[in-house]
Amino acid sequence: MANTVETGASTSEVHAVVDRVAAGFTDARGALIPMLQRVQAELGYLPPAAMERIAVRAGVSPAKVFGVASFYSQFRLKPVGRHIIRVCMGTACHVQGSGSIKEAICDELNVEEGGTTEDGKFTVEPVACLGCCSLAPVIMIDEDAFGRLTPDEARKVVRNYGADA
Amino acid sequence: MSETSMNVRVTVGLSSCGIAAGAAHVYDAFESEFEDKGLGVLLKRTGCIGMCYREPLVDVDTPDGRVTYGGVTPEGVSKIIEEHIVGGKPVEELMVRADGRELPDDSYYAQQVRLVLRNAGIIDPESIDDYIAAGGYEALAKALSEMTPQEVIAEVKASGLRGRGGAGFPAAMKWELCAKQEATPKYMIVNADEGDPGAFMDRSILEGDPHSVLEGLTIAAYAIGASEGYVYARAEYPLAVKRLKMAIADSLERGYLGENILGSHFSFTIKVKEGAGAFVCGEETALIASIEGQRGMPRIRPPFPAAEGLWGKPTNNNNVETYANVPWIIANGADAYASYGTDTSKGTKVFALAGKIARGGLVEVPMGIPLRDIIFEIGGGIPDGREFKAVQLGGPSGGCVPMEHIDINVDYESVTKTGAIMGSGGMVVMDDRTCMVDIARFFLQFTQDESCGKCTFCRIGTKRMLEILDRITSGEGREGDIERLEELGRQIVSSSLCGLGQSAPNPVLTTIKYFRHEYEAHVNEKRCPAGACKALITYEIDPEKCVGCTLCARVCPVDAISGERKQPHVIDTELCTKCDACRNACKFEAVVVK
Repeated sequence: MANTVETGASTSEVHAVVDRVAAGFTDARGALIPMLQRVQAELGYLPPAAMERIAVRAGVSPAKVFGVASFYSQFRLKPVGRHIIRVCMGTACHVQGSGSIKEAICDELNVEEGGTTEDGKFTVEPVACLGCCSLAPVIMIDEDAFGRLTPDEARKVVRNYGADA
Repeated sequence: MSETSMNVRVTVGLSSCGIAAGAAHVYDAFESEFEDKGLGVLLKRTGCIGMCYREPLVDVDTPDGRVTYGGVTPEGVSKIIEEHIVGGKPVEELMVRADGRELPDDSYYAQQVRLVLRNAGIIDPESIDDYIAAGGYEALAKALSEMTPQEVIAEVKASGLRGRGGAGFPAAMKWELCAKQEATPKYMIVNADEGDPGAFMDRSILEGDPHSVLEGLTIAAYAIGASEGYVYARAEYPLAVKRLKMAIADSLERGYLGENILGSHFSFTIKVKEGAGAFVCGEETALIASIEGQRGMPRIRPPFPAAEGLWGKPTNNNNVETYANVPWIIANGADAYASYGTDTSKGTKVFALAGKIARGGLVEVPMGIPLRDIIFEIGGGIPDGREFKAVQLGGPSGGCVPMEHIDINVDYESVTKTGAIMGSGGMVVMDDRTCMVDIARFFLQFTQDESCGKCTFCRIGTKRMLEILDRITSGEGREGDIERLEELGRQIVSSSLCGLGQSAPNPVLTTIKYFRHEYEAHVNEKRCPAGACKALITYEIDPEKCVGCTLCARVCPVDAISGERKQPHVIDTELCTKCDACRNACKFEAVVVK
């Protein structure tokens, strides 16, 4: 799914999203992580206003929410680009040269790893393992996976992706 | 075959790696051509067929038998339809396996015994009817109507099933500990966090045959007296999560879950919880903390989860593959299961074979099979004429097994004797161009990143080890570094609370044990024997071999190569980023790494 850069969302808009998500939970027990996941799915990341509101709705302290959000790598505390490029850094991909793939993509887009391109189109995220080891090295852009890449092919895939987006 | 005018069934492998290889386009191509041509063919989807190195895979079943095609593209689809389905003559050049024929890829399957993967690649994982038609839920019916909970535990005990998550603890013993507890409610957990990089066994089982896991879980819940179950699946497996949720809903609708299952007094419900990206949550107490909405930090045991687990209640946690074995054991009996494997390691094990291997994919073999057979017979050995160097077993918690141990039998005890662990099933093969110091550094970077931070030795010790390895691989190794790594490793192992810390130094310690000379070359000579560590190598073009085709200069992303057409080319080492593009492109082996 494409993530929109929601830097412009106002506090009340953020609160509205959280309230709507929270209303879907009948059992408060164990709801914190799924709540964070659903809010992030809507906003693209977790702005401070969202975490504060989740604290209120989940009945826990803001520190607790921040503690959980900062522990798990899935949660993003900064906005992301419209498309997320996940570069698999798993063992099989590493052995097949994922390091060069990552360098090629970062060089092509002129970003640091974990960073977002200036035009807000891509965020490049190294991830632990996508589980497609037979096709190493693998990257995923949003829900699309690309395997058996060379650095050159990785550049091409990225250049051509969502040419209209 | 069923309701089709042509008595033909086409099945396309649509698991994550199939889709990544383009299988969705292949499925669509079949669908539209069948429609355009008005052909009455049954088109189905399935999970991982196993021959991942040949994705996209398509099975064509006709009255003449079954043919498996590999590397299928939309163009290949037209050929298959025209020549085989309509014309009756299978397409030779795309065939990888066929009834009644002997083909080179047969040796991939010859030694496999597919119990856990019995349905993967055959049924539609999104159809409960397919699962039932293949014998699904018969084991559950048998357990609920003919066996007491104690009898179920006894049967699993007699089968010798050991946990498949990595530790190999006897499953029935764990169930017994939980069954004895009096506190209620009791909870079941399926550990589907599969965090080991290079492991995709659980993903394939969940995507290819989710009901087998649910059925196994429900039988175990009956044995233990649990009322609620959670499947904790990592968020990086969206297709697995989707198919699990579908399977649970279908199961509930048909009465295999919910109140008074199949008319018995046993009630059980299952929920899916998605992980949020933390390797340490594969550790069961951290997993429990995560379900409770906490930071995923392990806690000390005892008390064990069997006594006090989720929300402080008795909880049984097992791996996906462990549960997937249960329906087969109940349906076929403990003796049948125990007829496979060795005295202490019964049954089969699913391995994810990847890395520098000709035929990488998902394989299921009887315990006790020689490691050599997996790598060289099933896996087809090392590609591109390179040499086997080592195989990593057990992911970041495991170790590298070198050539000198290639003849061990793959069972829990034999593997542990080499210094590695069986692990969850990830098997990554390395060749002579893989630097073992770099591999050690790679694993340590991973575990260092994933350390929860609770224990000082794990938190700081792994960081110090990583710093030393960073220095070694960038040519700044100092005398005494190897000894420092060994000492730190021992201390971290003995002072860590959970399995992550206790096993994080394993890859480093095993690579030092078997490849000390590589470490010494890096530290003392500032040389990388495998030619992999970028700081220690330079790329050069051999003027004797270079014909001046200019291909390397064209693929170089930083324009570091110069030369006239038909004249030997030269690499400017100041500009060279060692990306390896030139060596990959050169057809004359003129690019050398020193």
